[in-house]
Amino acid sequence: MSELLQFLLSGVTVGAVYALVALGFTIIYNASDVVNFAQGEFVMLGGMITFFLHAAGAPLPLAAVIAILATAAIGVAMNKLTIEPARGAPVVSLVIITIGVSILIRGAAQLIFDKQIHTYPAFSGDDPIHILGATILPQSLWVILGAVAVFIGLWLFFTRTLLGRAVLATSNNRLAAQLVGINTTFVMTLSFALSAGIGALAGVLVTPITMVSYDVGLALALKGFAAAMLGGMGNPKGALVGGLVLGLLEGLTAGYLSSQYKDAAAFIVILAVLFFMPQGLFGRKSTDRV
Amino acid sequence: MRLSVKSATLLTLLAFVVVAPLFFPSSFYYRVGALIFVNGLAVTGMVILTGWAGQISLGHAGFAGIGAYACALAPEHLGLHPALAVLLGAVISAVLAWLVGRPILRLKGYYLGVASLGFGILVSMVLNNERDLTRGPDGIDVADLGLRGLLKDAGLDLSNGQFWYFFCGFSLMLGAWFALNIFNSPTGRALRALHGSEIAARTVGIDVPRLKLQAFVISAVYASVAGSLLALQNKFITPDVAGFMHSVEMVTMAVLGGVSSVIGAIFGAAVLTLLPQVLTVFAEYEQLVLGLIMVLVMIFLREGVVPSFLRKFRGNEA
Amino acid sequence: MKKHLTTTALAALASMGLAQMAHADIKIGASISATGPAAFLGDPEAKTLEMLVEDINAKGGVNGEKIELVSYDDGGDPNKARTFATRLVEDDEVVAIIGGTTTGTTMSILDVAEDAEIPFISLAGAIDIIDPVKPYTFKTPHTDRMACQKIFEDMKKRGITKIGMISGTDGFGASMQAQCKKVVGDYGIEIVADETYDPKDADMTAQLTKIKGTEGVQAILNPGFGQGPSIVTRNYKQLAIDLPFYQSHGVASDGFIELAGADAAEGVRLPGNALLIPDLLADGDVQKPVVTAYKTEFEAKTGTPVGTFGGYAHDAFLIMTDAIKRAGSAEPKAIRDAIEATSGLAGATGVYTMTPENHLGLDLSAFRMLEIKGGKWTLVE
Repeated sequence: MSELLQFLLSGVTVGAVYALVALGFTIIYNASDVVNFAQGEFVMLGGMITFFLHAAGAPLPLAAVIAILATAAIGVAMNKLTIEPARGAPVVSLVIITIGVSILIRGAAQLIFDKQIHTYPAFSGDDPIHILGATILPQSLWVILGAVAVFIGLWLFFTRTLLGRAVLATSNNRLAAQLVGINTTFVMTLSFALSAGIGALAGVLVTPITMVSYDVGLALALKGFAAAMLGGMGNPKGALVGGLVLGLLEGLTAGYLSSQYKDAAAFIVILAVLFFMPQGLFGRKSTDRV
Repeated sequence: MRLSVKSATLLTLLAFVVVAPLFFPSSFYYRVGALIFVNGLAVTGMVILTGWAGQISLGHAGFAGIGAYACALAPEHLGLHPALAVLLGAVISAVLAWLVGRPILRLKGYYLGVASLGFGILVSMVLNNERDLTRGPDGIDVADLGLRGLLKDAGLDLSNGQFWYFFCGFSLMLGAWFALNIFNSPTGRALRALHGSEIAARTVGIDVPRLKLQAFVISAVYASVAGSLLALQNKFITPDVAGFMHSVEMVTMAVLGGVSSVIGAIFGAAVLTLLPQVLTVFAEYEQLVLGLIMVLVMIFLREGVVPSFLRKFRGNEA
Repeated sequence: MKKHLTTTALAALASMGLAQMAHADIKIGASISATGPAAFLGDPEAKTLEMLVEDINAKGGVNGEKIELVSYDDGGDPNKARTFATRLVEDDEVVAIIGGTTTGTTMSILDVAEDAEIPFISLAGAIDIIDPVKPYTFKTPHTDRMACQKIFEDMKKRGITKIGMISGTDGFGASMQAQCKKVVGDYGIEIVADETYDPKDADMTAQLTKIKGTEGVQAILNPGFGQGPSIVTRNYKQLAIDLPFYQSHGVASDGFIELAGADAAEGVRLPGNALLIPDLLADGDVQKPVVTAYKTEFEAKTGTPVGTFGGYAHDAFLIMTDAIKRAGSAEPKAIRDAIEATSGLAGATGVYTMTPENHLGLDLSAFRMLEIKGGKWTLVE
């Protein structure tokens, strides 16, 4: 019993990390139909910048805030310099552009920072919390809390605010959105800032658990991407559920089947879900335009 | 006189393969040339799949892995000649592509991306984990093709580098010839119709799923053969050949050079293969430069380098 | 006037060229994974080589000739490593090669070096590199098998007969896992649980819980490098597992204690080398001056703690220059013969004595069983 619970807690810890990364994909996708493969790099930047500021003497909360703001600024720059000029390019070109940006950020990070692995202290210490014979670290609760908070924030944003609806409208039909007076350029800028900020927040929260180095972004982006697709790209609920399901699958497979093939199990489930639900669990139905 | 695309492409390739060695400062460049040709073969498959049929794959390195490991394992375990192992790898890749392609090609855009990505990761995971068979991440030796020895007996004594340069160059020309034949066939026209608009293609009576599957299977065979050639010339292979980054590399090469044109995609393969060799002095900046090139080309030369320049050239001419 | 200047410039250039010819540099090649998934290993290796070349040239070089290092970054990709090895041999015409951070890249370079009959010293672990012996290939790291033997020896002394393993799926972890399984029987020890994790995983409590719940486990061994072992060590503490815990030489660096936290790393044992404990070495120890000098300089120059992997590069360069000195020539064949005759050479990893049958030249005594106590390395007697 306590074993099962431990597998579940392990899965939730990992799943919350994936969910946070997956949530970052949502906004940009909603505003522009672009899946941003540099999202993992935002997570890396959040962790790296926080570490280096903290090491230079800044208190952790201040370092974290600066890291999030700086990353958001990088997100805005990415939109202005690469996505806006490429408007209307086919999906495959956008994939290449965002992968290109991710390689570029990684290359720059390795020059500006270093190639070492870093971590900083957990926010609420390292003493595990015991639940019915299983344990979880306080930092995992921070990550879970972060994922849920971002989810609620996004959900409110997209359903309750005019701006959030403007984002959705922009994604559905850019021209029509402009015609009804939505400043689509501003919407794009905002969505990149938010996505990058959420990515950086994820980095700030997960670094005490996963540690950070210049090359952690790719693995995180892949898992986050898979989680978002599993849940249905663009839907915050999908990102949260997709992330948690992926994490739990890994935890349970490692616990009961084979730790060697836990990632395989995750991808097989994704393939199976997409086979029956081509838009993921909660994805919106799209129709072909002729 | 205006050459057809097919003859122009094949003549350009032939001229390059034959003339380039005259300018090689050292025999090291045969190695680089051979790598360009192998990568060129893989991206020719991407042209058919992505450029003509309009489908994305982020997992084609999986097929390269199958081709490569067929050459490593079949001679040892099945007693097959390495040349037959290339064929076996191609057949396995084709069958697998057919099985996998049927369900996942129903997906569109990014969903197809993640599904193909999952396939690639599964292959690389099996190659990494089944140590008893594949010897795991440390890699495995590959038997010698033996063709160089035969040529030597026939009186043609090539160095190892020279042999692989010409052999891969010849294979690439064969692959390009085959692809361009498809392009000019009814299948090729149907593929391009499909790329334009799937619904429109369907309304004019094109069997869309079947066509997509054909493109997927053919491109898988290209990747598989390229993987085999890489394994045979290195006489050693590791699961990296099936890794995600290799898949991305294939797509990037094709798209940078021009994914709708065979010669363009091959040009992309040449540029990205040469890049790390050119940048050795600034190895620290390699990633930075690579990322920058990817972004800039996609923004300013959206169709890829070669088609964009050709258009400009012809535009000025007219 | 103008013409005069040109001639002077030409003459100057010509004399520079001549001067260079008179002191033809000794060209040594390197292909190292300074970036990519093995950057954690390769980065300190590349930095070490760079530093040592500078040092030796400042002291006048070897046999009166300067060393020129032609170093490439293969990014951990065996295919690239092969290309760079070909370039080193064919284009740069080096007399010897150091490198091959991982076993995969080493195997690629090895083939090229053997073909061209250029001496090659590898920095990777697998025993296959030097067994069977290939004429031109040598290596400096202990084999994975030796690390397993050292650990099992220590376990046997503590009366442990049943263990669990949790290994990384990267080349380093997987290779050591396989070697440990091969030799574990010799020590009367049985592996009753065998788990793995991906190097980028965030949490390994599921695997550890499974091992913990396996009947009769008395100790746990974790082969791996990078952040994985640090996370495993923290999870170990989180789950309050109180069994003896062994790490591999892959994390033998002060950086590991820092990442895992001194608290979680308390009591962890691993087979390390003299490099980590220069202060604990006896005064007569032949390695003491070598490791003290290397550690002091490397840490001052890079600001990062020394580790096992940089030590491998240090020793490879030491063996290479020592051989060139003794050979009195920079002919590949002469260097090879001299490397094979290396005898009693104290490096950072151990004391090397090569023979035609042994192209590693280290034995188990080079490993020292270390235990982390209070955030510091201590020697296990």
